[in-house]
Amino acid sequence: MTVAPSTIPTGLVASPALARNVAGFLSGVLFAVGLVVSGMTRPDNVIGFLDVAGDWNPSLAFVMGGAIPVYAIAYRLSRRRSAPLLVPAFDLPTRTRLDGDLVSGAAIFGIGWGLVGLCPGPAVVGAGSGLVTALVFVAAMLVGMAVEQRLPRRGTV
Amino acid sequence: MEHAWSALLGGVLIGLAAALHLFAQGRIAGISGLLGESLRAPLADGGVRLSFLGGLVSVGIAAALVLDHATTNAVAPLGVVVVGGLLVGFGTRRGNGCTSGHGVCGIARFSRRSIVATGIFMATAALTVFLTHHVFTSGGFR
Repeated sequence: MTVAPSTIPTGLVASPALARNVAGFLSGVLFAVGLVVSGMTRPDNVIGFLDVAGDWNPSLAFVMGGAIPVYAIAYRLSRRRSAPLLVPAFDLPTRTRLDGDLVSGAAIFGIGWGLVGLCPGPAVVGAGSGLVTALVFVAAMLVGMAVEQRLPRRGTV
Repeated sequence: MEHAWSALLGGVLIGLAAALHLFAQGRIAGISGLLGESLRAPLADGGVRLSFLGGLVSVGIAAALVLDHATTNAVAPLGVVVVGGLLVGFGTRRGNGCTSGHGVCGIARFSRRSIVATGIFMATAALTVFLTHHVFTSGGFR
């Protein structure tokens, strides 16, 4: 039996569960390879970047200098599409207002990042490598996330 | 500066990975969001978040087998690692993003919230490193 063209969804694949998970896995692999190649899985590199009063290591600036332009171009190209390839619609953040949760959350995140030199992506990769520091960090991070997600939102200021 | 090129190349790969996630799934590749939402409802989104995280873990396993990059990693005592992990988990959820979601994807989208968040977490992180490495230097940090 043939399917009329008009019934084919906007996305590329009609039954995309497997395709979506394969694509998600590949995104994760590529992302993690980027983190390893860039040196961002090494906390000493990150601390070296954040240590502006010490022997400053600019590598994180190069990482962002590589990632941001690539994603900026991809984002602009994606705006021409009515839908992504594997799901019916884009689901992107729409909020524009600055609020107290954004400010306090970012400040708290930065303190933890500066203490250990790990942010969530490199921590998960490092945990995969079996590093004790990363495994302990990820466990604590998941607890921190679970706690935050049980608290009420303060809302906008 | 021999690390500058590998840092730039790694950054390009991170950008491409986030772009693949955008074009395939229509979503921001924010690692703290992937983790937090996976805690809340592991199989929502058809398991795609867990597949992405599985990709991260797989590369971690492969890197440990191939690169032996494991030994030079720790910069803080284990008790501090616990506190840092708690703060990163709590803060990234309250602030709706981390280095990937705000620092890469958000800035590239010219999101005002992400630009402000990145400025704030960079500043508090740099201040924290200043305090632990130049003021309270007996804390066991390297």
